[in-house]
Parts: sequence; C-alpha cells; structure tokens
Amino acid sequence: MNFLETFRVAFEAILSNKVRSGLTMLGVIIGVMAVILLVSIGEGARTYITKELTGLGTNLLIITPGKTSTSGGFHPPSAGTVRKLTYDDSLALRRRAWLLTDAVPIVFGTGKIKYKNRGRDTSIIGATAEFSRVRNLFVDIGAFMSQGDVDAKAKVVVLGRRVKDELFGEESALGKVVRLADARYRVVGVMRKKGTSLGWDIDDVVFIPVTSGQELFDTDGLFEILASTPRAEDVDRAILQIKNILIRRHAHKEDFTIQTQGAILETMTTILGVLTAVLGGIAGISLLVGGIGIMNIMLVSVRERTREIGIRKALGARNRDIMAQFIVEAITLSGAGGVIGIFTGVGLALAIPLFVTVLPTRVSAWSIIMAFTFSVAVGVFFGVYPARKAALQDPIQALRYE
Amino acid sequence: MIELVNIRKIYRMGSVEITVLTDIDLTVQPGEFMAVMGPSGSGKSTLMNILGCLDRPTSGDYCLESRNISTLSDDELAAVRNAKIGFVFQTFNLLPRFSALKNVEVPLIYGGVPARKRRERAVPLLERVGLGARLEHKPTELSGGQQQRVAIARALVNNPPLLLADEPTGNLDSRSGEEILNILTELNRQGVTIIIVTHDPNVAAQCKRVIQLKDGRILNDQVIT
Repeated sequence: MNFLETFRVAFEAILSNKVRSGLTMLGVIIGVMAVILLVSIGEGARTYITKELTGLGTNLLIITPGKTSTSGGFHPPSAGTVRKLTYDDSLALRRRAWLLTDAVPIVFGTGKIKYKNRGRDTSIIGATAEFSRVRNLFVDIGAFMSQGDVDAKAKVVVLGRRVKDELFGEESALGKVVRLADARYRVVGVMRKKGTSLGWDIDDVVFIPVTSGQELFDTDGLFEILASTPRAEDVDRAILQIKNILIRRHAHKEDFTIQTQGAILETMTTILGVLTAVLGGIAGISLLVGGIGIMNIMLVSVRERTREIGIRKALGARNRDIMAQFIVEAITLSGAGGVIGIFTGVGLALAIPLFVTVLPTRVSAWSIIMAFTFSVAVGVFFGVYPARKAALQDPIQALRYE
Repeated sequence: MIELVNIRKIYRMGSVEITVLTDIDLTVQPGEFMAVMGPSGSGKSTLMNILGCLDRPTSGDYCLESRNISTLSDDELAAVRNAKIGFVFQTFNLLPRFSALKNVEVPLIYGGVPARKRRERAVPLLERVGLGARLEHKPTELSGGQQQRVAIARALVNNPPLLLADEPTGNLDSRSGEEILNILTELNRQGVTIIIVTHDPNVAAQCKRVIQLKDGRILNDQVIT
C-alpha cells in the first residue's frame, strides 16, 4: 500500500469521527500554542532588554566604588578603608586613559524641585557635558551643561521632559529659575522625550553639573564613573588601563568595580534565555499530555476497529500496512493539531502586544519549527504502541471480534 | 491445486491441549465445488482458516498451487491471501465506512494496483453481481443479499484461483441465499475453485463434492455426480 493511500485511509478514519478527532487534536493544539506563545514572550523580553541596554550606550564601562566580585562566592569584608571615587579620579582617567573616549563622573540623589508653587520629587543626576553623548540622551531645547558649568560649579539645570511638563506645562522653561533643595538653579535645557526604560522613567530626572551635585548632596565622592570606548574590541584593554590608573591613585588597592555594558547584557540575555527555555519546557509538558491523549484515543480506535483490522488482514494487508495506517492516523492528528496550534499561537503572540503593551512578544522561526517537529514526534511516539497493537492482532480473533 | 498432508492442529489453553484437527489428508483439484459439513466443534472453521492461510497447522504440510504454505512468514501469507484466495464470510465483513466500490477495491490496494486501474476492475465485477447501480452505497444502505454480493465481488477482484465461503447464506433469507448460491455456481462453471463451509444440506446439495468432518477428522468424502 503506497503512502498516499495510507494517508487517505487515515484521513477518512479521522473525518469519520469528527468530534473525537477534534478533541484529541485540541490537546496538541493547546500544547503547540503554549510552546509558541511562551517562547515568543520570552524571546520578546530578551529582544526588548537587549534593545534597551544597547540604547543606553554601547561599549559602556561603569566604575563603581567598593570591590564586588561578579564571579560569585563569599568574600569577607576587606580590611582597611574603602577609598571613594573622586572627581579627580575621573579627571585622571580622562587625561591618561587614552583608550577611553569619555570618563563621566556621576553623582546621584533624589530631591525636590520647585518652580513657583509647583514642586516635584525627582531624581537628580550630577554629570558632565559628555554624559549626553555617553548615554545617548540628548537635549531637545536649549543646551546640555558645558565643561565651563562644571568647572564653575554653575547652578544650572537641564530638565527631563516629564519634570518640565509637570512644573511648567506649556510655558517655556528656558532661563527660568527653579529651586533645587533650597538652592536656585537656572534652566538651560530640556531633554528630548525618551520614555521608560527597564522600569526607570528617564524623563523624570534633572541634570546638574557634577560639581554642583557634590555640593548639593554634601559629598566629595562619586556615585559612579561612566566611561566609554570607541570600539567594543577595546573594552578589555580599557579595563586594564582604568585599573592601572585608579589602583595607583588608590594606594595600590583595587577598591572599585568595573562593569561593562556587554557583561550586563550577556548576563541578562542568559537569564532570559534560561527563562524562555523553562517556559517552553513547561509548555512542552502540555504537548506531551496532548500526546498521551492521542495514544488514548488511538487505543480506543484500534479496539473499535478490531474487526476492520481482521478484514483488512484477510484481504491481504501485511502487518506493516496496518501499522502504517494507524501511525499515519496518529501523525495526521498530531500534525494537523500542530498546524492549527501554530496559527493560534502565532496569532495570539502577535495580538498580545496590541492589548498588553508592557508584554513585548517576538515570534521566532525556531520555536515554530520546534513546536511542529515536536508535535509530529509526539504523534509518532504515542502512535507506535497502538499501531503495533493493531498490527499484531491475530486475523482470526480479529474477524470474530464483535 | 490444494494438497493437505497429515494436517494436525492443536490449541494450547494453559496446560490443556485441545486437538482440533488430526490426520487431515485432502486433495482438491482445480475447478472443484466442494462443501465442508459437520457439527459445531468438528473443526470446520479451523480447517477453513488453514485453507485460507489465516492460520498455520501445528504439523503437516499444506501446498497451495504446488507451494508449501506451512513455512511462510506472516507477510508472505498476507500476499498469498491477497493474490490466491477470495473470502466470503457469513457476516459479510464489509468495511462499514466505505462505499460498495471502495470495499471491492480494498484487495487491489494491498495488491499495489494504482487507483485508476482499481476502479476499472471493481466496477465490472459489481455490475456482474447486479450492483452496477449501487456503487456508492455504504453497506448499511444495502440489504443482506446485496452486501454478500459486494463481498463476492471483493473476493473475486484479484482473480484468485480459490474462493472460500464460510456459511455464505447463513445470515440471508432463503431467496437471497438462493441468489448467492446461483452466483457461486456460475463462478464455479467459469473455473473458480470454490470451497463452502455450511450446515445447510440444501447448500451442500448444490456442490459436486461433500466432506463430512467430525471431531477433527474427515469422516466422509463423497463426490456427487
């Protein structure tokens, strides 16, 4: 019996009991749909994170005070004092670390900004002129602070879009004086709208010169130094260079930590990759359950059609013809379920972002191929046992079966 | 054409052995029209199953068209059934989901005949048994006599030299049974070897040879002239 004939017989058998076939397929449909949907959500999250992190500036190095190890394990608190990172450290890096394009000192805090009778609690970032370039955040109106502002500890402020809107509304903010923790600052610029990134509202922030920031927060240390290299290949050498310069300045102690954007990105994508695999695996279990449903129905079907098997054998069907008939039937059930599952899964994955905007999805070809292959494999795997049972029936017994 | 030598069939049920057939020696010439009779439990069905290559004898040799069947594998037996033997059952045994035409085509499918040729061969046969107008009817839409005629068409579709009929009239009213017997007689006249298992003396009376089985042995072998 050729393949086409086998397929037709299987198809007729499936169509002869539509409700049962439909319910059996539903198990596979839901399984495949779940795999595609969950993997799409996982992949979507990964793509989103990658895009957001690279959007914050590539080839970025973040130097923070204190030594922490990213390699894990327990570290006893080191003896001796931890020296703070200072504005002078950043100047030294800028002067001597020629692999770096920028080294931006950062202080960070929160405070109340007031204009007339309106006030808002917001994040305050003290930085230098290069910050705008390093973090890909740009001014919309006016100008970002200049090196002169930094040197002079000028009381100037650049407003994030949301802060500007909250305090000034439609009114122009340029040249206006606002109060920042009781000091008077002149608005020199308003940032371009950027939106929320990784749960942080980049528009709800104001920028002041780092020197003014240190005064405002009453500290001579820095929150961090942001550095960047022109090329990704230079990152490792740049790290060495930074270490050399800073260790010498810090009494030969490595009391700071350098993180790279790439490393953070890598960690995040690894975590999300594992998450996607776990989600897919859980969905895979439902596909497996669907497969058991197929086996169950196939066993019932074999029993119901015992007499048919006997007749076919009497008329010359070989064991493998019978086996092929039932396996193809199982595969057709699971394969058709797989195809329907792919369409509903992809459809839902594409529809979700329209309704739940915080949940980005990305339908990947590999998840579709994997889900379909798996569903067919489920058909083969769970079809073999019932089909074997059918094929090995004794024709005499089968013909007598009522 | 058929040669049974010293056929013995023993069923084992647990530790008990039941001898169903013993010392069966039987030769059937091409073109014979033979009835196998005997009370229930005499071994008729078992003999029929062995003749039909559905079962193997425990010992002894069965030669069909000079080929020893006793040693063949399952798949080889399936091929022999397909090409050499046509079955007609008491309960018709048509596939319920398929039309009369499709039912007749089934042996051709397993014989590897392409779809177009199958129809070419199945349709004239159904016409010959008087069902030319009911090709697309399902078995449930046909009377018992009609179903049995579909079964005969199916049995003949591969032109087998041997036709085995197990109580072919057992489930039919006397008129339909008569028609079926007429068809079988006509087929025999055209050269098909036919063996019928039956209880019915009237059926046996139409045959040219009658074998009586009792307790697994051939009691009587009688040629009617």
